[in-house]
Amino acid sequence: MSYEDMKKNLQDEMKKWEEGPLAKTLARAPERREEFTTSSEMVVNPVYTPLDIEEEKYMDELGLPGQYPYTRGVYPTMYRGRFWTMRQYAGMADAAESNKRYRYLLEQGQTGLSVAFDLPTQIGYDSNHSLSNGEVGKVGVAIDTLADMELLFDNIPLDKVSTSMTINAPAAVLLAMYIAVAEKQGVSVEQISGTIQNDVLKEYIARGTYIYPPEQSMRLITDIFEYCSQNVPKWNTISISGYHIREAGSTAAQEVAFTLADAIAYVEAAIESGLEIDQFASRLSFFFNSHLNFIEEIAKFRAARRLWAKIVKERFNAKKENSMRLRFHTQTGGSTLTAQQPDNNIIRVTLQALAAVLGGTQSLHTNSKDEALALPTEESVRIALRTQQIIAHESGVADTADPFAGSYYLEALTDQIEAEAIKYIEKIDDLGGAVKAIEHGYIQQEIADSAYKYQMGVESGDNIVVGVNKFEAEEESPKNLLRIDDAVETRQIDRLNKVKEERDNEAVKKALAELKEAAEGTDNLMPYILDAVKAYATLGEISDVMRDVFGEYKPAEIL
Amino acid sequence: MSERKIRILVAKPGLDGHDRGAKVVARALRDAGMEVIYTGLRQTPEQIVRAAVQEDVQFIGLSCLSGAHNHLFPKVTQLLKENDAEDIIVFGGGVIPSDDIPFLKDNGIKEIFGPGTSTDRIITFINSLCNE
Repeated sequence: MSYEDMKKNLQDEMKKWEEGPLAKTLARAPERREEFTTSSEMVVNPVYTPLDIEEEKYMDELGLPGQYPYTRGVYPTMYRGRFWTMRQYAGMADAAESNKRYRYLLEQGQTGLSVAFDLPTQIGYDSNHSLSNGEVGKVGVAIDTLADMELLFDNIPLDKVSTSMTINAPAAVLLAMYIAVAEKQGVSVEQISGTIQNDVLKEYIARGTYIYPPEQSMRLITDIFEYCSQNVPKWNTISISGYHIREAGSTAAQEVAFTLADAIAYVEAAIESGLEIDQFASRLSFFFNSHLNFIEEIAKFRAARRLWAKIVKERFNAKKENSMRLRFHTQTGGSTLTAQQPDNNIIRVTLQALAAVLGGTQSLHTNSKDEALALPTEESVRIALRTQQIIAHESGVADTADPFAGSYYLEALTDQIEAEAIKYIEKIDDLGGAVKAIEHGYIQQEIADSAYKYQMGVESGDNIVVGVNKFEAEEESPKNLLRIDDAVETRQIDRLNKVKEERDNEAVKKALAELKEAAEGTDNLMPYILDAVKAYATLGEISDVMRDVFGEYKPAEIL
Repeated sequence: MSERKIRILVAKPGLDGHDRGAKVVARALRDAGMEVIYTGLRQTPEQIVRAAVQEDVQFIGLSCLSGAHNHLFPKVTQLLKENDAEDIIVFGGGVIPSDDIPFLKDNGIKEIFGPGTSTDRIITFINSLCNE
């Protein structure tokens, strides 16, 4: 039987089945819902068959692992070569305490570091700034000067680990500090590897740690692209993030769409600044969320990979294969964790982590069960890491590339998410690109609408959250939560004052004056920032110089 | 109480950028017929109290997920007192360990709504205080 005949035959059989057994069953017992949908409001059919996929397009749309359009993974051997990097996002209090947590995680078998900074650091304020009061060391580690960074990586050889830093508006400063620490350790900059998040557009959209207006932020970002392409070749210069867009309430399809729209804006800015696409595109990396609609999440990762490959090739005319490979980190969905019955979160995280692995992630953070309540304890972080290790070593899903490919449902959803994302990207193009769409509040409004709709669904009982609006239980309030002592703030400020006393203040003044002049002109700012950092200028001092020249971003408030 | 609509300020004190909860609550209160003013991110307690007095609100809803609630929430109630505006009722939400709730209530925060709270519960809370 030919392929066409087979399809025709299947169509007839489907019709018979729908009118016969399906109709009969439905007449006797209706389904649980009138309509089943995914998080992206895609209607889910009762069954999927070869009629839902276009097998004749296999090589164009799926291909083989490591081959364009990379739907089946970015590398030929995927996890048969080596597992994803197990990278737990961590950081709290001060550099000394975080250094202890990192060394603990490395001893437990973690394979890369991921640094969480506190909010003052992320917004470019020193620990003694009035707005830092109460926030020092709370959601991550406080870094004021190079001295803190030296302590943070004490006894951690930077040529042996790769480090991801969740830092955006002040990314250039923290990268400069990392480079300076490497040099002090005797490690050359060509050897260091890691990632800075450096994705300011999603800060305006969803995460909130912006400092400067878009145009000036884009300049800093492209300065980093250029500097690293010449000096720090193994560094991922940006991690274009859908994670926070999803946490803010977007659907899976919106997560792909808005992330890639941001990515397009960065590429266009870099090209405009004079870079060639193949000069920097291979150092772009991505960061996605993993939520609970299991098959939809796997489809999302595959759709993102395929769509980005097409955009880089067709829209930006890249020639190098590495430019087209969408490599990504995944974190399980923080907003899906519940404060109620926190042990249930271990199961949620397992499903989300499994989806990320089946989706071909390059690195993974698994959330800890207590994170709806506080920063995680050491014990709960260990369970989260063990979850990844069990998936890697015991489940067998890592033994072949893209094992769920060919599932009719998965392939149909992959196509649908890609199509929905393309629609959004076209709309954003019409608005003049991601920066304009953000300034108009379009992206924020779409996300806020989805978030509100989801919450109303929870309240009507349409969306079930186990332990929250169904299967509730009386429980005692949890004990043993991690607490950041308020003494951390005092200690950190003392440390900052001491560094300021001991440094060469004339050298600091000179470095900051030169940075100011460069910021007013068009030079690449990285070398100036590096000089200032090495003179032990503080993060706040460096950020203030740029605040003076660049101004600050004022958001439009969208409800 | 008069027929005047309930006026409420939803505010994000401190540096925390998580505003999904604050926005969803603000919208739900608005849909429930209240007049809602949302401050946006990164507000100091001083800015929040100034806005509350200027806007003549009856309630302030504070949201904080960064762990700085013990510093920021009591500062708001203290400043209200200093501005002779302690009749404004303050409630809060966010990532707040239950052990912290007694301290916050002792400092004039009327109620704390943790993760998983339905917007209905918040609306009921506000309406019940207005009908007292």
